[in-house]
Amino acid sequence: MDVLRITTSGSVDDGKSTLIGRLLYDTKSITQDKMEALQAASKRKGLDFTDLSLLTDGLIAEREQGITIDVAHIYFSTPNRKYIIADTPGHFEYTRNMVTGASTSQVSLILIDARKGIVEQTYRHFFIACMLRIPHLVVCINKMDLVEYDEARYNQIVEDFRQLLPGSYYENLEVKCIPISSLYGENVVTRTEKISWYKGEPLLEFLEQIQFDRNDRNHPARFPIQYVIRPKTEQFHDFRGFAGKIASGSFNVGDTIVSLPNGQKSKIKSIEKFGEQLSAAHAGESVVITLEDEIDISRGNILVQEGQPLPEARREVQAQVCWMDQNKLTPGKTYLLQHGPTRIKSKVQQITSVTEVTTNRVEEKSEMGLNDIGRIVLKTAQPVFADTYQSNPANGTFILVDEFSNATVAVGFVE
Amino acid sequence: MSSIQWQFPRALEDEAIYILRETAAQFERPAILFSGGKDSITLVRLAQKAFYPGKIPFPLLHVDTGHNFPETIEFRDWLVETLGLELIVRNVQDSINQGKAKEETGKYASRNALQTVTLLDAIEELKFDACIGGARRDEEKARAKERIFSVRDEFGQWNAKMQRPELFDMLNGKINIGENVRVFPISNWTELDVWNYIREEELAIPSIYFSHEREIIERDGMYWPFSPYLNTTEEEVPFRSKVRFRTVGDMTCTAAVLSEADKLEDIIEEILAAKISERGARIDDKRSEAAMEKRKQAGYF
Repeated sequence: MDVLRITTSGSVDDGKSTLIGRLLYDTKSITQDKMEALQAASKRKGLDFTDLSLLTDGLIAEREQGITIDVAHIYFSTPNRKYIIADTPGHFEYTRNMVTGASTSQVSLILIDARKGIVEQTYRHFFIACMLRIPHLVVCINKMDLVEYDEARYNQIVEDFRQLLPGSYYENLEVKCIPISSLYGENVVTRTEKISWYKGEPLLEFLEQIQFDRNDRNHPARFPIQYVIRPKTEQFHDFRGFAGKIASGSFNVGDTIVSLPNGQKSKIKSIEKFGEQLSAAHAGESVVITLEDEIDISRGNILVQEGQPLPEARREVQAQVCWMDQNKLTPGKTYLLQHGPTRIKSKVQQITSVTEVTTNRVEEKSEMGLNDIGRIVLKTAQPVFADTYQSNPANGTFILVDEFSNATVAVGFVE
Repeated sequence: MSSIQWQFPRALEDEAIYILRETAAQFERPAILFSGGKDSITLVRLAQKAFYPGKIPFPLLHVDTGHNFPETIEFRDWLVETLGLELIVRNVQDSINQGKAKEETGKYASRNALQTVTLLDAIEELKFDACIGGARRDEEKARAKERIFSVRDEFGQWNAKMQRPELFDMLNGKINIGENVRVFPISNWTELDVWNYIREEELAIPSIYFSHEREIIERDGMYWPFSPYLNTTEEEVPFRSKVRFRTVGDMTCTAAVLSEADKLEDIIEEILAAKISERGARIDDKRSEAAMEKRKQAGYF
């Protein structure tokens, strides 16, 4: 059984929470007690219908203001696969949460209110999906009931959306548009007579058949070491295993590996999982690798395959970053750059530009604040063995950590 | 729908093992918060896998309310013995004796909220900088927004609005002295995932998860286990019935479900068909719509 991760974004009232509530309700993922609590809450609010959006608006502040202010995770399963939805807010001041939710997702689900068409939010969501190179984009044109299920209106919005694609288009991007009414559950899980002109699948049916890419497996092999296992027991006296999760590519027993940064070589003696001996392991798997030779390896080293392209040893990192902290990015200030299991001191050399995400306009600016997306240059105290995000996303990101507040202040995509 | 069709998604195990290894590497003194329930039993298995053939590099911490099911305690001691684990127990009764916590009164009295005091004291005393818990985001609305590495201040408080963003799989466990982190490796698992994992891994669990005969009373449409710790009224007459527990908390705040399920397969079938959510059987959550969030702000894990 696989896990499909979806990020949803929408403006304040375009019905995103209702859509998720609908997916849960129609897949029978809501239990009776939750449903009863929902009915009672709806009644308290003076509504004459059960407001499914109340299911996902979790925190007290959100219930008071009727908005979503953080990333919430919602789960449902079909016999076919498990779904994880990262529900992220659609307010302009919460770009950072949208980036956070999108970072783990294979599908970006964008909602458009059929009455309003493309709005500023749509550009922002689309920009973030493109920046993260999310392979599948599903555009739900919602509230079709409020435009009399008008096909022409739908086609106009689809056309407007397609206008955004050239220029932002990236390899492997697939776009799917679906007309829905989340309030009435039309084209969410079940088809509707009212939109008979739409010949495609309802939303869930489409999600069920998505072949999400295993691209990480096709990229050069990268194995960042998290932890060294040395039991020193009688039975495993000389055992020295390197524990980690394979970031990209594959490793086989017998492969010659290179350990970075020191460049020492050895052969893979075994690949193990809780004592089980494997002949190979692939991206995403947590394993323990042992080597033929005793070479000096500790947390933060990266094992790569000999003969494959090596990650560049970067002392200067150029990256697109999303700034996520209340305090502005200060050129000349040092931050800890966390790339995989390594933390390296780094200094912001320069802010090159800031992109206005709703217009895609690039401006030369010397400062970056909360929710800004821009390009910077960092100088690092030791080399960073990163790939570009474009060539190998799993080894092409980092976060910046403030040395004093310890906060995660930015995410970066290596260019 | 047959439960046999539902398999455990292995990607969740890879993720949890990754998180446990990050915890061991980024912190000096982590501990597993162990309740004897199925989620913490799952954590122990994941920790075994993460460090094999090495030992689990952290102790188990059990905050004993004194109101636990005896079956749970028996199971705890058996597991610790069998796997050769280190167990540290701290008692809520001691916090009460020291005047730090006050026993609740009335028929809904429970020691659930009192645990927080004992837990925070234990963290301070034993200098734990990371406490690994089996909380899952599907359990409850406030937990749906919880991070995997969740920073708590010196008073153990959770601030929902000051959470660190977690991007891709990068975990930032950097903290100041006095602060600590709650780690939730099975954040992305659902109740069904846990049960399927227990089945596929053939893990042992306390007997109260399976159908058994027990004295219960009916209150507020739920079946409460009858015990010396439960304050009952005269109308609440205990009777015997076949029940099992879907979640294992204290005897004073965990409701039973009428059930004949005595095998894992039957339990999974029951969950798939269930009308009540898991925490719907937790009386402590019923106090108000925001009950869990308020307890988390106060340092409850």
